Amino acid sequence: MSDFDIEKRQTCIRDILDLAVKNGATQAEADVSVEDGYQVNIREGAVDTIGYHCNENLGITVYRGQRKGSVTTSAMDWVSLQEAVIRACQIAEFTQVDPCSGLADANLMATDLKDLDLYHEWNLNTKEAVKLALECEAKAKQLDGRIKSSEGVSVFNFKSFDVYGNTHGFIGSNKDTYQTISCSLIAEQNNRMERDYYYTCSRDPRDLDDIDKVAKQTVFRTVRRLNPQKIQTQKCPIIFEADVANSLISHFFAAISGGNLYRKRSFLLDCLDQSIFPEHINIFERPHQLKGWGSAMFDSDGVATMDKNFITAGVLTSYILDAYSARQLKRQTTGNADGVHNVYVSTSDKDLPQLLREMGNGLLVTELIGQGINLITGDYSRGAFGFWVENGEIQYPVSEVTIAGNLRDMFSHVACVGNDIDRRGNIQTGSILLESMMVAGI
Amino acid sequence: MKEYIGIASRELLHPRGLEMTHLQEILHEMLRLDLDYADLYFQNCCVESWGLEDSIVKSSAYHIDRGVGVRAVSGVKTGLAYTNVLDLAHLKEAAKVAMTISEQGGSKIVQVNQPVEKSSLYSAVNPLNDLTSADKIALLQRVDRIARQADSRVIQVNASIASAYDVILIMSTDGVTSADIRPIVQLSISVVVEEKGRRETGQSGCGARLGYDFIVQHAEKHSKEAVRQALVNLKAGPAPAGVMPVILAAGWPGVLLHEAVGHGLEADFNRKGSSLFSGRIGQEVASPLCTVVDDGTMPNRRGSLNVDDEGTQGQYNVLIEKGILKSYMQDKLNARLMKMKPTGNARRESYAAMTIPRMTNTYMLAGESDEDDIIRSVKKGLYAVNFSGGQVDITSGNFVFTTSEAYLIEDGKITRPVKNATLIGNGPEALGKVSMLGNQLRMDEGIGVCGKEGQSIPVGIGQPMVKMDELTVGGTT
Repeated sequence: MSDFDIEKRQTCIRDILDLAVKNGATQAEADVSVEDGYQVNIREGAVDTIGYHCNENLGITVYRGQRKGSVTTSAMDWVSLQEAVIRACQIAEFTQVDPCSGLADANLMATDLKDLDLYHEWNLNTKEAVKLALECEAKAKQLDGRIKSSEGVSVFNFKSFDVYGNTHGFIGSNKDTYQTISCSLIAEQNNRMERDYYYTCSRDPRDLDDIDKVAKQTVFRTVRRLNPQKIQTQKCPIIFEADVANSLISHFFAAISGGNLYRKRSFLLDCLDQSIFPEHINIFERPHQLKGWGSAMFDSDGVATMDKNFITAGVLTSYILDAYSARQLKRQTTGNADGVHNVYVSTSDKDLPQLLREMGNGLLVTELIGQGINLITGDYSRGAFGFWVENGEIQYPVSEVTIAGNLRDMFSHVACVGNDIDRRGNIQTGSILLESMMVAGI
Repeated sequence: MKEYIGIASRELLHPRGLEMTHLQEILHEMLRLDLDYADLYFQNCCVESWGLEDSIVKSSAYHIDRGVGVRAVSGVKTGLAYTNVLDLAHLKEAAKVAMTISEQGGSKIVQVNQPVEKSSLYSAVNPLNDLTSADKIALLQRVDRIARQADSRVIQVNASIASAYDVILIMSTDGVTSADIRPIVQLSISVVVEEKGRRETGQSGCGARLGYDFIVQHAEKHSKEAVRQALVNLKAGPAPAGVMPVILAAGWPGVLLHEAVGHGLEADFNRKGSSLFSGRIGQEVASPLCTVVDDGTMPNRRGSLNVDDEGTQGQYNVLIEKGILKSYMQDKLNARLMKMKPTGNARRESYAAMTIPRMTNTYMLAGESDEDDIIRSVKKGLYAVNFSGGQVDITSGNFVFTTSEAYLIEDGKITRPVKNATLIGNGPEALGKVSMLGNQLRMDEGIGVCGKEGQSIPVGIGQPMVKMDELTVGGTT
């Protein structure tokens, strides 16, 4: 078990920064992250694995003028830490002068470090976790005769914290908890197996779905996949179900992130103030939400996070920048050094069945496989699983097909976003209806 | 390799006063509970990387990770705990936590076998110290220069070199005391080219369990290759959509095997019955042309292992012979439960991760056809030369892999390049449609990384040129 003494780590970071300065650093930043928890997996009525995890790592980056050196280590005794600092300083003698390097400007450091209610321990020991997981599996297996076997139920129960400080005198910490229950089942019919899963996750165990819902959802998702067919190669409308729709939004974020922009590795270069999505779409960030997945008062540069819109009435209104990429692009950091913090996509008032009716005939995509995204051109081609829809009604499952298009074109043809928001992640969207994509089947 | 135990002990045990006898005592103590197996896995891994961008070497990072993982196995159950502090008190505490997997008393005894004498498959050099910092910087600048000089359309070069020196020591209740020194070096190059407002990217790289010499020797070839690939993509037109014959080039396109059959033959999935290859040993699962092996014994390759992470020696295992399924890839736990033998495929990302059956270097043996004849045999189809990666659902058998360099074949001739497209198929069905194999086996350049259950490890892949009569190509036209 790790101790959760934040003050001790703050002192450690201050000592390390001092040592770096004594060894020639003109600026330095350091962070300590501590994680503690367990993962229990059960399968077919018995324990499969129990893993206990407790990690502590230190990362230090020093600057000698505009030369940079970094070291990370899991050896946390003071001798090893001193070695790490000295090594980082040595590295920074060799790396070359980079005009954009250095800490974020001191005046951008967060001053409001309010608690965002992210820490709620789950007082569940591994024995109790095993019991809960076994109950969940047992419930799931009796719900439908077509469930052939279980891939298992997992329970995660983790707490973590990190402390970040730099030589501007900024020091801040975050402490959070994370719990999940996930269930994976295999259904069989006509000698063909299909697998699917469902999970619930929370920062506060009181917000977890109960195991009845986890069992029921997993069975529903697994059994509905049985007896899939291939479909004809054709152009047709596509709905990305909410839990895969967030992948589309994450491709958008990758394309407007500073690192890809200054490297010219994005299809959305110089697109600020241009229409990317239709007018009915807003995409916005709310970093200070209580209990949020991405909640933070400061980013990994120490810069204050803030509410903002990335897309306002379809128009790109902000990039995603850290201090470094902002200097490269001659702009201001947006406080997103560690990515986005709680993002929401505006929705219509339609639920998924209404969205299916609006589509009429087309493909409802419920799972994507592979990484066929070329961010530099926006070309998109991925394996898909889903359901063929006619006149707004699901007809049969579809597998072994691909969907392809270009992201720029896909974004501008978002016909509707459903109100069936998947709230389990940092990017929250409902199902997304696209006017048309190429489906390759038979 | 026997001397590795001494080296590993000095590095991992002695600094905090640990001795081999302490490890034996702990394992002995663990067997007072009803465990089938337990092991201790000590590791000290140092990784260093240098990165170039905008023609300057901007960044360098050094990472050190050390710790010991304690694993306790009872029946189908595994308990894992670990610590970063390599002293007796922390080791005992980790053992106590891992043992909570079992509650009953046991009566087994710790076996002690002599280490096996064998020469190493790869260099024991510490690549981090193999080249001076100034030389590492010069190497990256040479890569940048070669790439930019190769074509005036190159507007961006990102290059990095990385090396790791990984020392492990394993002791287990079934008599294994084993150590390994696993160096690795890596070069990655990615370029952006631009012409008339259209931009494209190309990648290349290489790696091996060797010193930096290997990178120095191959740097020029890969710098030029990244540019060549980017320029091909600059000219690429829309890829076709639908079912058609597909020819996969020799070498890296072996990612097909890794996804279509490799993962499905890992023992854990088959013991649990979740792979579509479960219970099919002796059955036909591929065209009779196909013989697929997993080979941990290839000298200096990234996937090679002197010993796996349970101390079992790396082996040459025939998985599929002339289309017939012969064996699965095993670790000790699954081998015991399936009444088979461990095959040297037990791997873990680090001391902090579970050990599971994984691939080493997986490839298909060469066939008899001339490569030109294979191309000529296709009226209309796709010639896929390079891939960016793949994924598989081992239960349904559906797999995908995405091209990064591909061409149309029209009337037996390679005509024009097409954009990146995902190919999708179903394991045994797809391998049943292999109708021609080239007469030359090629391995990848040493860039393969495989992910499973959140753990990434280096692997190798290879194949001769492969013709598949039908595969679904995910283009746009």
